[in-house]
Amino acid sequence: MELTRRNAIVMGAAAILAASLPVRGNAAAGDLIAAFTGGAEVGTGDIRLIAPEIAENGNTVPIEVSSDTAVEIMVLAMGNPTPNVATFKFGKLAASRAASTRIRLAGTQDVVAIAKLEDGSFVQTASTVKVTIGGCGG
Amino acid sequence: MAKGVKPRVKVPKTAAAGDTITIKTLISHKMESGQRKDDEGNVIPRSIINRFTCDFNGENVIDVTMEPAISTNPYLEFEALVPEAGEFTFTWYDDDGSIYETAKKIAVE
Amino acid sequence: MRKLTGALLASAIAATPVMADPVDDTLILNEEITLVTRTEAPEHVADVLGEIISGWHFRGTETRAMQADDFDNPGMIFVEQAEEVWNTAEGSEGKSCASCHGASEDMAGVRPVYPKWNEAAGEVRTLEMQINDCRENQMGADKWKYTGGDMVNMTALIASVSRGMPVNVAIDGPAQSTWEAGKELYYTRTGQLEMACSSCHEANYGNMIRADHLSQGHINGFPTYRLKNTKLNAVHARFKGCVRDTRAETFSPGSPEFVALELYVASRGNGLAVEGPSVRN
Repeated sequence: MELTRRNAIVMGAAAILAASLPVRGNAAAGDLIAAFTGGAEVGTGDIRLIAPEIAENGNTVPIEVSSDTAVEIMVLAMGNPTPNVATFKFGKLAASRAASTRIRLAGTQDVVAIAKLEDGSFVQTASTVKVTIGGCGG
Repeated sequence: MAKGVKPRVKVPKTAAAGDTITIKTLISHKMESGQRKDDEGNVIPRSIINRFTCDFNGENVIDVTMEPAISTNPYLEFEALVPEAGEFTFTWYDDDGSIYETAKKIAVE
Repeated sequence: MRKLTGALLASAIAATPVMADPVDDTLILNEEITLVTRTEAPEHVADVLGEIISGWHFRGTETRAMQADDFDNPGMIFVEQAEEVWNTAEGSEGKSCASCHGASEDMAGVRPVYPKWNEAAGEVRTLEMQINDCRENQMGADKWKYTGGDMVNMTALIASVSRGMPVNVAIDGPAQSTWEAGKELYYTRTGQLEMACSSCHEANYGNMIRADHLSQGHINGFPTYRLKNTKLNAVHARFKGCVRDTRAETFSPGSPEFVALELYVASRGNGLAVEGPSVRN
């Protein structure tokens, strides 16, 4: 196809459409989720994710995951070049199934937390974090 | 061993038996993601801490798998049960094979 | 953990992203000392500022919380590193900082009055200049690079022990001509964009610059840990960045121009608490 201005616009629009269709991110994220769940269905329920609505800087975004009955919680940043962020496994002496950390986000995107619960089921939740671009670049 | 790596942990000095305490940890580490390029355009190789564990008297509290999306100077906060007096041990595992360890004793009132 | 939850919830409720006004909040360090982060402007800037407000008020909820606790503040990692250096002998004289000055805590009160006139040298000196003077002439050690890692860490240690004390640089007497020179620079438009310090930090503080908030540009929080580059940043490095952003040839860190500018900018914040190492974007 000859690259004309019109074609470029069409291609751009197609790219935007393609990017927006699988809302929950890329194939890599799908593989990671499948590896974590063993292909089991992921519902909603006992999993909470707290992340800022607007992150002042994508380099350092504080997040907190918690659940009442999770044995393990995986966090994914769906818009990062590699979506995996961290997996928390709670041991016998964990007083709560909760943890906080600081993460990197490459841009505005969904952060997803998937928990494996004590009963063997999987639940997930997501939160959109807007990452702002700085001021004068200084 | 990566340069200037220093672990810090915050644990109360005392607790009542059966108490829940909050633990904070921070370790100075670049967490080079493997996504960045240097001035010549060469990819800077990934160099991160990929795992953190906290144990108390040999029992596990938390075991965290860390990826390049964890920020520079990794910070973790979580809650632990204190069934008796003893010692928390904290271990960070570096990509280069280095292991950084620190421990904190806690007394039971 | 509960604190973070609270802070994030509060930010969600109060989410008004288009507002750039300083946030109404109180900086309580380690749940112990309350820092003065807004107060009446000193006489010499009262006509243009009215109230002086720390950059802390222009930052987001999570960033403000990060500075309020020494464990959460990543800048304190570097303070700890400097504490080791403070106690380590170096140079031909076999002395450490501690050999002459005692404990680092004994330096409380030093940061608030720098830059300061040095009678023997006949010049206004910044903390960095004084540190290098010590290294060269007392310790017999090599000078540190003006905005290098060792230097910025040491200035963070010295600032940290003065946190809560009001900035109080002298602008009269022998320092006056340097202060005047700094003021001149502050209001001089530079670069292709023809902007002065005052264009942003006096005429437009509280407004947005793209997606960020313009503060009054006080330096009571320096050195500052920036989320952007995840390290401590020296005040002259910040000046250089600002001047560069006006698309001008910048002065060098440690140059007489930046020393004068530092004295003047510090004086605009006379009365604000020392916050270094602060946390900023």
